[in-house]
Order: sequence, then structure tokens, then C-alpha cells
Amino acid sequence: MKINVSHVAKLANLPLTDEEKKKFENQLSSVLKYVEKLREVDTSKVEETSQVTGLENVLREDQAAPSLSQGDALKNAKSKHNGLFKVPAILDE
Amino acid sequence: MLGIIHLGGVLDRTPRKNVMKLNELTITQAREGLQQKKFSSVELTKACLDRIKQVDGKINAFVTVTEEEALEHAKHADKLLNNITIEQYNNYPLLGIPIGLKDMYMTKGIRTTAASKVLENYIPQYDATVVTKLKNAGAIIIGKTNCDAWAHGSSGENSDFGPTKNPWNIEYVPGGSSSGSAAAIAADMCIASTGTDTGGSIRLPANFCNVVGLKPTYGRVSRYGIIAMASSLDSIGHFTKTVEDCALILNITAGNDSCDATTPKKNKPDYTESLKKSVNGLKIGIPKEYFEIGLDKEIKEKTLKAAQILESLGAKTVEASLPHTEYALACYYIIVPSEISSNLARYDGIRYGMERTNFGDEAKRRIMLGTYTLSAGYYDAYYKKAMQIRTLLKQDFDRAFEKVDVIISPVSPTPPWKLGEKVNDPLKMYLSDIYTITINLVGIPGLCVPIGFTKNELPLGMQILGPHFSEETLFQIGNAFEEVTKNEGWRKKKPVL
Repeated sequence: MKINVSHVAKLANLPLTDEEKKKFENQLSSVLKYVEKLREVDTSKVEETSQVTGLENVLREDQAAPSLSQGDALKNAKSKHNGLFKVPAILDE
Repeated sequence: MLGIIHLGGVLDRTPRKNVMKLNELTITQAREGLQQKKFSSVELTKACLDRIKQVDGKINAFVTVTEEEALEHAKHADKLLNNITIEQYNNYPLLGIPIGLKDMYMTKGIRTTAASKVLENYIPQYDATVVTKLKNAGAIIIGKTNCDAWAHGSSGENSDFGPTKNPWNIEYVPGGSSSGSAAAIAADMCIASTGTDTGGSIRLPANFCNVVGLKPTYGRVSRYGIIAMASSLDSIGHFTKTVEDCALILNITAGNDSCDATTPKKNKPDYTESLKKSVNGLKIGIPKEYFEIGLDKEIKEKTLKAAQILESLGAKTVEASLPHTEYALACYYIIVPSEISSNLARYDGIRYGMERTNFGDEAKRRIMLGTYTLSAGYYDAYYKKAMQIRTLLKQDFDRAFEKVDVIISPVSPTPPWKLGEKVNDPLKMYLSDIYTITINLVGIPGLCVPIGFTKNELPLGMQILGPHFSEETLFQIGNAFEEVTKNEGWRKKKPVL
């Protein structure tokens, strides 16, 4: 199984150098080859398990409670403006 | 004489002669000494800080040492110790006791890095639920421990702050990902420490460092405020020097948390109660698939010997079978990267942290693998398939536990390996998790206890596994084994640093 590293890196928003792409292509292909093993098992009649202890639909009352102040929430941001996070533009003007 | 205390015959668990350094004490011993005013929390904390200064240059167990805050809190603890009754003291099971926190645990006002450059300057605005609970119990946070970045790894070498070394032989890995927390206990730099276990990250380093490590049942301990790796597997546990200490900490950390919907509103027993119970009549399963090819001969012998020792105490061992074992690793390395790629998507360098170029190789590999297996057209073939295999693995254990109370198995197929030995071969590194990952996929608890050393003087442990929420039974067996072997020569060893 070959993996298109450039495409996947783009989907994952991970900028990679050419050297990295080459290295990862080999390493990831060997892992993917290993996991192919699962095809040996017939799972056509097997349910999926995503929660192991059997809890379902855990809900709580939708009540407002104290949370971080605006100042605290912004504390770790490198770039802010008027008490808001400043983000790179995603749409052209 | 600061830092050294004569404990006389008061503490019968003392493994060595009468002179013991404060930083070498267990929680139980430290509590007794603090209560009887044999030493203060400031003295105890200083002994740990001194030890860190003395040996951590070689080991690299800590990313951040919070000396000032720790000493301040120790002073406060001493004041409290002088002013409370014994009944009140019992409300503070860790009062004045210095502990280390894996740097995956968010600590308000203290830098939390996940050992990654991405979070190099990140200072959390709140504490993880477990951190709040430990603080409320009176614990002194002495520092944040090193680990594989984002808890991705089996050796501790993936840290962006340099690898942690094994205190028993600094040419060897301490096991990962909670490398610093295990090494810190082995080298007596603190009294207890915390970890996270998504595929063996507590049990593997406990096993390689001769300390006790617990991976609780999934959901037993809140994950809130702990940096997420793979959300359907992450378990929050800890490292201690004895099984008794391990039970004591679970008493503090376990329980429902409204901030983590996977923590059931289930009664929490007093985990120290089961310690004294006899193991007579308990049934121990030995899973045949775990003792087949690929397992180091010495580990096989030592693990089976440990089971025999438990038999001599009245437990019965029977063969068990976990037929889907050979598919567990492949299942794990689909589910985990998938969940990682989703959890690490939030690190965009905008609200906090640095840009995504700062991820290390292993995080990049897992993000890409997960992005690939979850991408359009591949979901059914990979993620869905793995979730179905997960059901089969769970059924294996359900069936096994119909016949036995617990299962005993090796933790790693090999003893600790040398630094650098597997760093360029990710698949080879992943194979060292073969006995630990299934436990996370199935969500059951696992307790790792030391069982001795190899011919090359490297530590070995075993894991005791039980059904969901059976931690009491694990402690019962772990403690019985510890008690019956307490006078063996290897129990008295200390790393030479």
C-alpha cells in the first residue's frame, strides 16, 4: 500500500519538507502494510465498539456556570485585537 | 543531618537498615513521619529537590521543577500539620508529600508542554480535575515530568526536551511514554508521580524502572484537563514505590467528574481495604497467546515464577486463551492515530502554542496515518474494521474472565533496550507494546508490579489484569506478591547514580 504523503499532509495541515515526505512515505507504508493483517478476520457480523464500559448518552442540565474570563482565555494567544483572537484571513477580499 | 532520619523499628516495610533518606520514603512512611513530627514537609520537599539537583542532570526526568512554589506549599503544609487534629489529618491523605506530574497534566500557572515544542510556552489557565484533587489532598507539586511528546512512544526518546535515561543503567531507555514519572520514582526524586496510559505508557516504564504503575479502568479517573491523545483509550494513572501507595492515590483520583462524561457515577470503594485480603482461592489465568514465540526467555521464566509464588499463597493458576491477540496491534495502530489526528487538529498556534511545523516526527507520522485512515473512501476499510476487531478483543477478555478472577502477563516482550536502538524503525518500536495495548482497547485495569531483575541487572515486572472496575482485586494480588517477596535480595537494590 502506497500512501500519498503530500496529499495527506495537506489534509492534515502539516507543512513537510521533501526529505520528510520521502522518509514518511517509507515508514507509513510499512505500518499500513502491517495493519492489512486485519483483512484476514471476517467481521461481517461484528458490531463496532467505541465505548468500552457501556455508558450511553451521558447528558447534563444545560446550565450556565462560571468559566474563563475573556482576559484569561486570551492569555496564551500571540496575536489578538480588541479582546479577540486575531486569525489569518481565509477568504480573499 | 537534614534529609536523613533514623526511623528505628517503627516502619516494618522499611526495606533497608535503619538509616533512610527522606526522599526514599513511601507515602505511608512519609505520612507517619510527618504526623509524628520526625521531620517536616519542608525537609521532605528539600530532600527531593536536592536529589533532583544531584541526579537529574543524568536522568532528565523533569521538564520543569517548581522549586519555589513547592517550598512555599510545603511551609503551608507544615503549618497545617501543626494545627489540625488526627481526624482532620485524615482528610489530607497526601499532606506535605512531594509528587511529580507528567507534563500532560494541565497545571494552572505552571507551564505544561506535553514534552512538545508546540506547547513550549503554554501556561494553562486551569488545573486538570486530578490535579485539583491531588492538591486538595495536600500534595506538593514538585515539578512536571518528561515524556514522549504528546505521550506518543514506548521509550521516552520522542521528547522534544531530550530523552529520559533509565536510572538503573543510563545507557538504556526507561520505557515510555511516561518516562520521567517512572524514572523520578526509581531514582527517588519524588514520593509518587502521575502518568497517562493509552497503550502501556504507565505499565511499560513502571516495568522498566522497578516501580509500581497503575492503568485504571477506562473512565475510573477523570481525563478533564489532561492533554488528549486517543480519547477512547486514554487512562489516567500513577507511579508509586509500593502497591499500598498506589491504592492510596487511586482513593484520591477515582470518581465521577461532571467535566468528563466517561466517568461513571459508580461507587468508589476504599481501595486500601482489599490490600490485606488473602489471595487464597483466587483464580489466575495465564493467557497462552502471551507466552508464545517472541517473548524473551528470561521474562517468560520470571513471570511464570511469580505466578507460582502466588500459587504458594493459595491462588490457582489456569491456562486462559485470548484468541484474537495477534490482531490487537494492527487494530491499535489504526484506532490510535485516527483519534490522535483528530485531537491534534486543534493545535493551530492561534489561541495558544506554536505552529504545526513544530510537531516532532512521531506526532507527524501519527497525524498523517490517522488522517489517511479516516479520509473519504478509507474509513470503512480501516477505522470501522478496527472498531469491529475491538469488539472481538473485548469478547476474548469477557470470556476469559468468566473462568478466572485475573490474568497475569508480561508487560514487554523484551527487557529495556538501549537508547537509539529502535528510533528509526517505528514498526519495531510499536511491537514492544504488544502486551499492553489490548488492555486499553478493552478498557480494563492493569497493575504493573516489579518481579525482579534480568541477568544484566535490568528491571522486570508483570501486569495483573482484571475485569472493568476490579482494581481492588489487582491491589490484593499485587500487595500479596510484594509482601511475600519483601525480603528477597533484589527488593533492597537501589540504582547507583
